[in-house]
Amino acid sequence: MTTFTLNGEIRTVDTDPETPALWVIREQLDLTGTKFGCGMAQCGACTIHVNGRAQRACITPIASLEGASVTTIEGLKGADGSLHALQQAWIDHQVPQCGYCQSGQLMSAAALLADNPNPSEADIDTAMRGNVCRCGMYGRIRSAIKQVAGASFYDAMEGSQNG
Amino acid sequence: MGKWTRRGVLSAGVLGGTGLVIGIAVRPGNPTETAGHLVAGEGENLLHIYLKIDSENRVTAILPHSEMGQGAQTALTQMLAEEMDADWDLMRFEEAPASAEYANMALGRGYLFKGVDFPDVVVPTVDGLMLNIADAIGMQVTGGSMSIRTTGQYFLRAAGASVREMLVKTASKAWGVPESEIRAAESMLYHDRSGRSAPYSEFAAAAAEMTPSSTPKLKKTSQFTVMGQSKPRHDVPSKVDGTAMFAMDVKRPGMVYAAVKRTPVAGGTLRRVDDSAARAMKGVIDVVKVGPSSAAGLVGSYSAGDTIAVVADSYWRAEKALAALKLEWNTEGKERVSSESIFEQFDRDITAGIDRANDVAMGDATATFDSAATVLTADYRVPYLAHTCMEPPNATAEVSADRAEIWVGCQNPLGFRQHLAASLGLDVEQVTLHNYFMGGGFGRKSNADYALQAAMIARQVGRPVQMVYSRAEDIKQDFYRPAVQSRFKAGLDADGKLVAWQNTYVDKHEPVEAPLIPYAVAAQDIGHVASPTHVPFGAWRSVDHSQHGFFTESFVDEAAHAAGRDPYEFRAEMLKDKPRLLAVLNRVAKEADWGRPMEEGRGRGISLQESFGSIVGQVVEVTVSGGKTWVDRVVAVIDAGYAVSPDGIKAQIESGIIYGLSAAMYGEITIEDGAVAQSSFADYDAIRMHDSPVIETHIINSGAEMGGAGEPGTPGVAPALANAIFDATGKRVRTLPVIKADLRNDAEASPAVAALGA
Repeated sequence: MTTFTLNGEIRTVDTDPETPALWVIREQLDLTGTKFGCGMAQCGACTIHVNGRAQRACITPIASLEGASVTTIEGLKGADGSLHALQQAWIDHQVPQCGYCQSGQLMSAAALLADNPNPSEADIDTAMRGNVCRCGMYGRIRSAIKQVAGASFYDAMEGSQNG
Repeated sequence: MGKWTRRGVLSAGVLGGTGLVIGIAVRPGNPTETAGHLVAGEGENLLHIYLKIDSENRVTAILPHSEMGQGAQTALTQMLAEEMDADWDLMRFEEAPASAEYANMALGRGYLFKGVDFPDVVVPTVDGLMLNIADAIGMQVTGGSMSIRTTGQYFLRAAGASVREMLVKTASKAWGVPESEIRAAESMLYHDRSGRSAPYSEFAAAAAEMTPSSTPKLKKTSQFTVMGQSKPRHDVPSKVDGTAMFAMDVKRPGMVYAAVKRTPVAGGTLRRVDDSAARAMKGVIDVVKVGPSSAAGLVGSYSAGDTIAVVADSYWRAEKALAALKLEWNTEGKERVSSESIFEQFDRDITAGIDRANDVAMGDATATFDSAATVLTADYRVPYLAHTCMEPPNATAEVSADRAEIWVGCQNPLGFRQHLAASLGLDVEQVTLHNYFMGGGFGRKSNADYALQAAMIARQVGRPVQMVYSRAEDIKQDFYRPAVQSRFKAGLDADGKLVAWQNTYVDKHEPVEAPLIPYAVAAQDIGHVASPTHVPFGAWRSVDHSQHGFFTESFVDEAAHAAGRDPYEFRAEMLKDKPRLLAVLNRVAKEADWGRPMEEGRGRGISLQESFGSIVGQVVEVTVSGGKTWVDRVVAVIDAGYAVSPDGIKAQIESGIIYGLSAAMYGEITIEDGAVAQSSFADYDAIRMHDSPVIETHIINSGAEMGGAGEPGTPGVAPALANAIFDATGKRVRTLPVIKADLRNDAEASPAVAALGA
């Protein structure tokens, strides 16, 4: 038995302790916004927050979450249902194409900004390099993060520097 | 090409510039009678097979294309809304069901002989190709960068315009006023003289009784207010909060999970299984074998060997038990095949030139080489490539004796449904397919193999099964962009003018024009030889353009340098009679500030490639340091005729460039002992945030026939990159990926410095 807080609610699950949190969250707790991409922490599609830090759910044994506070993409919105600033920026920049990696991208970016509200280019590279986007929307992701951080960004739609 | 493949039909249309008819079947009468029950719900009126109006005056476009990230559904809806004079805020869209009513590419024999009236816009293109297209009946394909320029241009616009006419006619009768006095705007009808007005929905039911005109009056470009605007994609909000549904997010009552492993050597069979340990593991329900399957794909056809599957009560348990199986596979005599042996075979077959078939034979290449001032030769090679969609192939299936239901994300719902029916021994009507957003497609999800596997497993276990590929299985069981070798010879005259071009390559697929060059070279001899391997082939974003773009645009660069000419000017001079191509080339050189001096260790390269009806020019800027290449900036220009959604096109070009760049920098599938050696993002990596360049995209609306956008960004980036590396280092990369090339300068390569670096 493992008990943890998931998006603000206390949940208890009974499964093999080494089961990756990814599968427990998807199959047992029916939150499917967290995606399976590789199962080896190489692509970032399954990124969640564990006590505020970005972590790959596909290699996180469920037992390690005992007592932890876990947030998935479904919990990124505010308590009143309003979008996280990054979610709105993702819409403003039309970031998602297939969208499959974007839950993970957003969770990595949200953990970065929570920790470091004014990230440098290198900080963004470091925080985001674990997240693969095969549609290749890195430029728009970078711009969206910088917009939320209040930094100048390249606007791919307008083809100019902004802010 | 000896045979008409489906892709060949498409390619021929592109080649001939005929604007080939590929779209929805134009049927006699109003097909809404037969389709209504499929798509129209309570309070909805289906006015045309592509659209319905509800009582709240909302218009829903019904689109026969699936969504894999390309955003075409929003742009198609814009095309419908434009001609219909609909209020954009009241527009919705949904994907058409996998039903024959929504088969595209289905302008077939049956309809041809029924004497159908074709819309004016397509009449000039209805020609002998029709009989070949008949072969393609039953496809509902998203691929070939076709959605906007075919379905949208030829059919959705006509649908919107004809429904607008029907609504005006209906209102005219109801109000007793002439049609000419009725004005349509923002989903409302107005009779200004009497001050009457009503929403479209008021007349929807009556209009639905009418037959849509097949020759409605379409707007001119200057009248567009919705087309040409960058409308936000309708699917984006659901893709930032985790609510977008992919096939793997489906959960059926009583569903169990399957992990699979197919023969490592393609076409192989399972010799022996010891599943005793696996069956004893917690949660394991069954271990089943699925036999070989084969089916026609979007490009060519495929066959797949034996699969073993473990079915368990969770995916994690299924995966663990799969790893506990002891398996012995037959390798079918392919155990000594390697990438080295394959390239030796290509080299041998190109040299032998047996049954060499010409794509182009123009002028006397042999004599021109004899008299040329300079002759240069080179061999280029590219490796096999996997697709690695972020969402690994998966499907959920429920199969009984007389019924099958499948939940999947695929590029060809109707084709998949037919393959499923054939494989299960059912009628097509007994198979229901639910298509979902794809987490990437890139051509991979046009092959039905993964859906068939899920269905076969579900039939054996008699319960709903969700089958999911591991990432390793995804990489090892792909339908690969082929490994290709291409041999070149170029002749320059005393003035440095390119006068002869000879090229022999292996593995001809589609589009057939991919190896051609746009340049005015008097003597050309372009041809190919067959050199088959056992490695499965499939469509990979831009298909043959992905290799030939690299080959031809690199070698023409070599010719420019051999002539001592600027590579941009060298190309421009050979495009004097190709104004559209020249305009793109000139524009990309201008936007990239071509000719601006660059720092030591930096370089820039240019490329030009026409594909899928669009022309793309690219300039890549690189920094090469310590043998490592950093791509700093890519400037791209696309002429797709007319940009329905400018930001949608930009996003596609950005995406196509990164996809091509991932392959050019890192992508290499190798064959060892007959099997694919790679298994993860660790040994088959992609461009990531830290090594992604700034991409600046510019659009030219030339007014030419509309071209595609999903694929044309991909082919030009590898050659522009290789040309930039040459500019920076003087080293010519003729074999991809770049990461395997030794790009250190002499000092960096010296033993002392190398030791420091290590």
